[in-house]
Amino acid sequence: MTTPHPRPVWAEPPGPAGRAGKAAALTAIAAVVLLPIYVVVLTSLSPASAVTAAGGLVVVPRGISFAAYAELFAGGVVTRAVLVSLGVTAVGTLVSLAATVLAAYGLSRPTSLWHRPLLFAVLLTFLFTPGMIPLYLLVSSVGLIDSYWALILPTAVSAFNLVVMRAFFMSIPAEIGDSARADGAGEWTILARLVLPMSKGVTAVIGLFYAVGYWNAFFNAILYINDNRMWPLQLILRQYVQQGGSLTSASVVDTSASAALPPNLAIQMAIVVVALVPVTFVYPLVQRHFTKGVVIGAVKG
Amino acid sequence: MISHRPGGAAPPLPGGDAAGGGGHRPRRPGRRPPRRAPRRRVPLGARLRRDWPLLLMTAPALGLLAVFHYVPTAGNVIAFQDYNVYDGFLGSPWVGFDNFFWLFSDASFWHATGNTLLITAFQLVFYFPIPIGLAVLLDSVLSPRLRLLLQSVVYMPHFFSWVLVVTLFQQIVGGAGLISQLLRRNGYEALDVMSNPDVFLLVVTSQVVWKDAGWGTIIFLAALAAINQNLYEAAAVDGAGRWRRLWHITLPGLRPVIVLLLIMRLGDALNVGFEQFFLQRDAFGADAAEVLDTFIYHRTLTTAAYSYGAAAGLVKGAVGLALILVANKVAHRMGEDGIYRRT
Repeated sequence: MTTPHPRPVWAEPPGPAGRAGKAAALTAIAAVVLLPIYVVVLTSLSPASAVTAAGGLVVVPRGISFAAYAELFAGGVVTRAVLVSLGVTAVGTLVSLAATVLAAYGLSRPTSLWHRPLLFAVLLTFLFTPGMIPLYLLVSSVGLIDSYWALILPTAVSAFNLVVMRAFFMSIPAEIGDSARADGAGEWTILARLVLPMSKGVTAVIGLFYAVGYWNAFFNAILYINDNRMWPLQLILRQYVQQGGSLTSASVVDTSASAALPPNLAIQMAIVVVALVPVTFVYPLVQRHFTKGVVIGAVKG
Repeated sequence: MISHRPGGAAPPLPGGDAAGGGGHRPRRPGRRPPRRAPRRRVPLGARLRRDWPLLLMTAPALGLLAVFHYVPTAGNVIAFQDYNVYDGFLGSPWVGFDNFFWLFSDASFWHATGNTLLITAFQLVFYFPIPIGLAVLLDSVLSPRLRLLLQSVVYMPHFFSWVLVVTLFQQIVGGAGLISQLLRRNGYEALDVMSNPDVFLLVVTSQVVWKDAGWGTIIFLAALAAINQNLYEAAAVDGAGRWRRLWHITLPGLRPVIVLLLIMRLGDALNVGFEQFFLQRDAFGADAAEVLDTFIYHRTLTTAAYSYGAAAGLVKGAVGLALILVANKVAHRMGEDGIYRRT
C-alpha cells in the first residue's frame, strides 16, 4: 500500500516553520550518511586526471573510468581477498544458519526432554564472555591458526540470534505441529515443511546478520590468520587504505599485474566500494523484517 | 502496510520468558495458555524415544557453544598460573593471585579502565538520546514511502564494518581528507581530527552516532507504533499541543524501552567496542585511546604474557557480570522487566 497515511483529524497541521525545519533536519541527516559514500564512489570511478585535478577526493564528476576496478580484479591481492571473504561469508552463513535454526527448533517445545538445562546453557552465555586470551589459546591449541575455519567456528552460533529464532518459532501456534505429528510427521518434516516456510522473514534477517558479521569480520583474522595470503577483504582495507600501505609492497603481491601501476586514491576508494557494495545491496531486501529480529531479540534476550 | 509496523500489532513489550523457559510459571493473561501440564509421569526412556530428534537438532549449536564458549571460559584458570605454551594448562606452575596483584598495581591498567568508563559515560550522554529523537522525527513523517526511504538510508551504516567506518571518517575529516583538502585549497590550515587526542571522545562518539544511531531507532519506532493512538486523540481534544503530547504521552510510552536499553548499556559499561579502538589506538596514541580490550591485547599477545592478559580479562568479565546483575536488580526495583524476568 503506498497511499499516503492521512493525518489524523485531531492533529493540527504543522506551520510553515515546523515543516521547513523538519525537512531541513531530515535532509541533513540523509546527507551526512550519503555524502561520504557518494564522494568515495565517485573518486573510485574517476580517471587519474580528475583525481589529480581535484587534488584528492573528487566531488564534482569529471569523466568516468573503470580503470581502478580493472586493476583490482586483475588477479592481485584484492581479487584473492574478495574471494576469501566471499567464501568465508557463504560457508559461515550456511553453518551458522543451519546450527541456529536446528537448535532454535529443538528448544522451542517447553515440554521436551532436558529443555530447561539446555536452554539455560544457551542463555548463560549472555552473562559472560570467555575473554580474548583463553579463546586465542583454545583456537591455537586445536590447530585452527591459519585455517579459514578459525574465522567461522568461534563465532558460528550467536546465542542472541538463537533466542530470537526460538521466540519466533514459539509464536507459531502449537496446534499446527501437533496435528502434523498426529498425522505421523516427524520433527524434521515439521521443521522443513511447516515451520521454516512460515518463518522466511525471520530466517532471512538472521541470515543477513550472520552474513554481514562474516563479511565485516576483522579482528578474528588479525588474531588467527598470520599468513597474509589468506587475508579477508577487511584486512586489506585496513592495510592499504586506512593505514595507507602501498599495494605494490613485494611481500604481498605475487602477480606482476598490480605491481605495474602505482596505487592511487582511485584504487584505494575502489577497495572501499568493494567492501561496502555487498552489504548495501543486500540489507534493503530484508529491511521490512528487521523489527521482528530486533524487537523480539531485545525483549526475549 | 507501513514498514516498521508489522501487522500494526503491538510488539510484545514487555513480556517473554527470557530465562529458564516458559511453561512452568504462571503466564500473563493474553499469552498462550499452558497447553498441558508437564508430563512428569512419562518415563525417561519414552521421553528420550519421543524427543531424540529435538536433542539431535540442538547438538551442533550446543557443541559449538561448549567448545568455543564454555571451554575457553574454563581456560581462564591460567590467570592463576604462570602459563607458558610449552607446559600447557596442566604443567604450568600455579601462582595464586600474583597476576592480579601485578594487575592492580599496574598504572596502565587503571588508565585503560578510566578511559573505558569515560567513553561509556560520554556516549551515554551524547549518543544514547539521539536514536530516541531520530525515531520520533522519523515517526512523524506521514508518507510511508518517504519514511521507508529514510529508514533505508539511516540503517545503512550499521552494516558497514568498523574498518570501513574509520576509513570513511579518515577520508572526510582526516588530515588528508576531503575537508582538509577544501580548506587547504582556499588558503586555510588543514584540519586533522583523526589523530588529535584532544577531540578523541568527540570523534569516536561521532563515529558511533554515524554508524548506529539510525539502527538504534528500530526498537523505539516499534515502541512508538505500540502507543495507543486514542491517547493522542483524547489529549488533542483536551487542548494539548504537539509538544505536550510528546512530553506526556510519547515519552512515557517509550519509558520501558529506554530503561531496558539504559540498563543493558550500564551492564555493558566495560565494553566500548573493541575494533573501533584497536583501529585508532595508534593514530590517537595510547594515552587517550587505550581501553581495556586494547590493553589486554597489546599487553598480552605482543609479549605472550597470557596469564596476565587472562587475569585482566577475568577482572573485566567479573565486573561486567556484577554490573549486569546490579543493573537488572535496579530495573526490577523500578518495576521494569529488565534483561531477564524475576522468577
